[in-house]
Amino acid sequence: MSGGAPRERRTGDGTGVVVAVDRGVCIGAGQCALTAPEVFTQDDDGFGQVLPGREDGRGSALLREAVRACPVSAISLGPGG
Amino acid sequence: MSETVVFPQNRTCPYHPPTAYEPLRAGRPLSRVSLFDGRSVWIVTGHAEARALLADGRLSADRQNAAFPAPTPRFAGLRDRRTALIGVDDPEHNVQRRMLIPSFTLKRTAALRPRIQETVDRLIDAMVARGPRAELVGAFALPVPSMVICDVLGVPYEDHEFFEEQSRRLLRGPEMADVEDARTRINAYLAELIERKRSEPGEGLLDELVGRHLLAGETDTGELVSLAALLLIAGHETTANMISLGTYTLLRHPEQLAELRQDPSLLPAAVEELMRFLSIADGMLRVATEDIEVGGVTVRADDGVVFSTSVINRDEAVFERPDVLDWHRPARHHLGFGFGVHQCLGQNLARAEMEIALGTLFARLPGLRLAAEPDRIPFKPGDTIQGMVELPVAW
Repeated sequence: MSGGAPRERRTGDGTGVVVAVDRGVCIGAGQCALTAPEVFTQDDDGFGQVLPGREDGRGSALLREAVRACPVSAISLGPGG
Repeated sequence: MSETVVFPQNRTCPYHPPTAYEPLRAGRPLSRVSLFDGRSVWIVTGHAEARALLADGRLSADRQNAAFPAPTPRFAGLRDRRTALIGVDDPEHNVQRRMLIPSFTLKRTAALRPRIQETVDRLIDAMVARGPRAELVGAFALPVPSMVICDVLGVPYEDHEFFEEQSRRLLRGPEMADVEDARTRINAYLAELIERKRSEPGEGLLDELVGRHLLAGETDTGELVSLAALLLIAGHETTANMISLGTYTLLRHPEQLAELRQDPSLLPAAVEELMRFLSIADGMLRVATEDIEVGGVTVRADDGVVFSTSVINRDEAVFERPDVLDWHRPARHHLGFGFGVHQCLGQNLARAEMEIALGTLFARLPGLRLAAEPDRIPFKPGDTIQGMVELPVAW
């Protein structure tokens, strides 16, 4: 693969945020999936991934904690809508 | 500050930061300390500043950089040896890390739990059979991670004894000649094992690395040997020390221990709080490659930077009553596993080992107690990973 990996991005449901994990930055520490397992998982390569259908964060109380726990700031909370 | 603190210092109590760091705790988020060779470096003690700096690409982990700080003469003597993963920067680090992360996911770690439980049960059975006394470091704390890392790497069962014996010599000496000899034997063994796995694939991390990366020509045997040797060392003494020092600390906190025994669902939170409270890897090192403005000071290019995890993890701005062991606090943002691109690769495996080892030990041995005066039990000096040298217990 040359250059940065493509950014995983999906459309939110208009409730406010679109959660995304940048695979080009992720180091597979698993902090997102450990902190907010209702929003994140790890794929087989070890990269953090937003669970299908959970791109809006599902109002998870731990979403922002997961963002803070990521050691490389690979999680973004973009504007939804 | 009147007098410069020398880093590192020995702890006074095995689970508290050295009292000699008190002036640093009271001071600014970054201060100056001296190393054994007289060099003056920055020490980071503020939690926010540590997070920012450990995630900053202008700090390098490359130990071969001539300006990289050496905390001990021994470390200085090993400088010319290249250390995989933890001693290299991106992009090389990133390539190595990405080869390894599929083997350390939460899912893969969860799948290892039954094997870890079996290992722990077997060791406690052996202790009970020989009981009611044991030296817990040798009988339990070291063998647990040693056996687990054999399983993870895919070392065949018949080689476990050889591999564990050499690991013990590598980690505990007693002489530098033993350490060097053990290192040579382990590296030779790993190279041979990797060759064998080319034609006879089995199940384990090395088998995966051979199958996915070696046969594809993306890496060579030498790199795999150095990665495997690093995983062995990194996953071994750290976890063993958390088990021994964690046991000692819980036995010294009987009220908290009673609560944990009553409600084992508190174990994950207890392990997280012990990671914060004990901060066994106390003194991560970096060197600045450019000028960095942080915490009201300028870290200049080529300045050495030391992170005192024990002080950082007791920053009152983040952790209320930081000197109290309390797993009801959110301890999640401790830096016990580091932060940034080098954050511990095996942290989820380590969590599983600690939960199973400590949880099973206290469940199986309800009468577990220290078998010596607490203040006379020897613990590690400040220039190593913190933990107990010996831990005599009875039940």
